[in-house]
Amino acid sequence: MGAGHAHRLYRHGHSPVHALPPHTKLAAVFAFVVVVVSTPREAMWAFGLYAVLLGVVAYVARVPARFLLKRLLIEVPFVAFAVLMPFVAEGERVEVLGMSLSVSGLWGAWNVLAKGTLGVAASVLLASTTELRELLLGLQRLKLPPLLVQIASFMIRYGDVITDEMRRMRIARESRGFEASGVRHWGVLAKSAGALFIRSYERGERVHLAMVSRGYAGSMPVIDEVTASRAQWSYALALPVTALVVCVVGWTL
Amino acid sequence: MDPVTASLEVTGLAFAYPDGHQALFGVDFSIARGERVALLGPNGAGKTTLVLHLNGILGGGVGSVKVAGLPVDKQHMAEIRRRVGIVFQDPDDQLFMPTVREDVAFGPAAAGLKGDELEARVRTALERVGMAEFAHRPPHHLSFGQRRRVAVATVLAMEPEILVLDEPSSNLDPASRRELADILRSLDVTVLMVTHDLPYALELCPRSLILSEGTIAADGKTAELLTDEELMRAHRLELPFGFDPRSVTMGA
Ligand SMILES: Nc1ncnc2c1ncn2[C@@H]1O[C@H](COP(=O)(O)OP(=O)(O)OP(=O)(O)O)[C@@H](O)[C@H]1O
Ligand SMILES: [Mg+2]
Repeated sequence: MGAGHAHRLYRHGHSPVHALPPHTKLAAVFAFVVVVVSTPREAMWAFGLYAVLLGVVAYVARVPARFLLKRLLIEVPFVAFAVLMPFVAEGERVEVLGMSLSVSGLWGAWNVLAKGTLGVAASVLLASTTELRELLLGLQRLKLPPLLVQIASFMIRYGDVITDEMRRMRIARESRGFEASGVRHWGVLAKSAGALFIRSYERGERVHLAMVSRGYAGSMPVIDEVTASRAQWSYALALPVTALVVCVVGWTL
Repeated sequence: MDPVTASLEVTGLAFAYPDGHQALFGVDFSIARGERVALLGPNGAGKTTLVLHLNGILGGGVGSVKVAGLPVDKQHMAEIRRRVGIVFQDPDDQLFMPTVREDVAFGPAAAGLKGDELEARVRTALERVGMAEFAHRPPHHLSFGQRRRVAVATVLAMEPEILVLDEPSSNLDPASRRELADILRSLDVTVLMVTHDLPYALELCPRSLILSEGTIAADGKTAELLTDEELMRAHRLELPFGFDPRSVTMGA
């Protein structure tokens, strides 16, 4: 059982960013996003600087630009929404390439795009340098409600239980000469899916019994204490603090 | 602890599963401190069901289970689970953490151990089963026998007073099977071992219980039970081909 603890966003590495304790990274990203969101949208240069900051972090973390950009595609649905705004928003209008666009809509679109992209990029950086389990430890450390953290860990664990069962059933099917090659076979797959549900459920229950047998009473025991030194905190917080300076300048100019 | 208190005392234990299937019909036995006892019986006799009662995972039937004089009930559950270590029949049910090390650490950490002490406990347990170099591997990438050994380590790490093993020798290669026997012999704990491996029972456990159709059908010296052909046949117990318990000279 247990976890392929590497998720798809994670990129294995040994950079200084990878080595930071997870809760410092979580706090840093959260603070960065807050700063970005509270920057006035008219201060376009500030967003450019934020992007440069993230670029520096990506460089230190040795996350290649291509990797980062590919994962930014998560954002596409929001982009579509942003693109619509200049067309549908009310108010003063300008002509661009023969189209009449709303000025406030343009600003709104820019606002969503710039802030959204920076937020997503920061999160992608966090995810690509921090393993899922570490993230959970970090959340626990930051005193998030334990129940939330546990639900998240169980989702991960049982996700693995289910993929594992699925793999076994596929092996069993294929060993008996079955290969899904068309609509005709969907019946078999549907039945497997039903069996998969029952099997996973029962295995989940047995795993729960095993946990209870070893003294589990509702909260995960702390095995790896995550602690951060002052140096690690200041290293992690360098990002949001620099961003804050940019933001303050953006407001005063 | 005073030596007259039995390590494990089961009286009149009966149990039916929620679907109505009655698995235990009044089980009585008691095991003294430091004894190693084998629990034998055919498939479906109720052995696993009995084992799950020993630390209160199953309950709510008739009768009682006492561990070192403590009744297995809600009030004493935490204590009971610290004292009774169960190695399950299927190691996949036992191992649920992302790495071997974290899995072995789970029990002691739940009992409040941390830091170096926890680390040392984990290392010792893994060394005992010869799995120390697998500490950072995910359990589901190990072979079955390796997983079984890790499962044993997860329980050893809790330093239980009573060790209950559900078919520990199944799927082990002969060398691992012997090594496990050596580990069990070296421990100063009460052992209850469910097994279909009769030579193994003879080798390790001076005393055996035969559970058949939900009741204890026999309780006695392992060597005597295994040579009682009529009793063996009546409970679907068969010795492996060519094995004669009379010809085995027992070590201590
Ligand atoms: N969850 C369950 N629900 C209903 N009946 C069950 C359940 N688990 C086991 N049983 C039934 O209870 C009886 C005893 O099962 P148990 O698993 O205790 O047998 P066992 O002695 O451990 O057998 P084996 O040697 O095959 O492991 C069997 O008839 C079994 O079908
Ligand atoms: Mg069984």
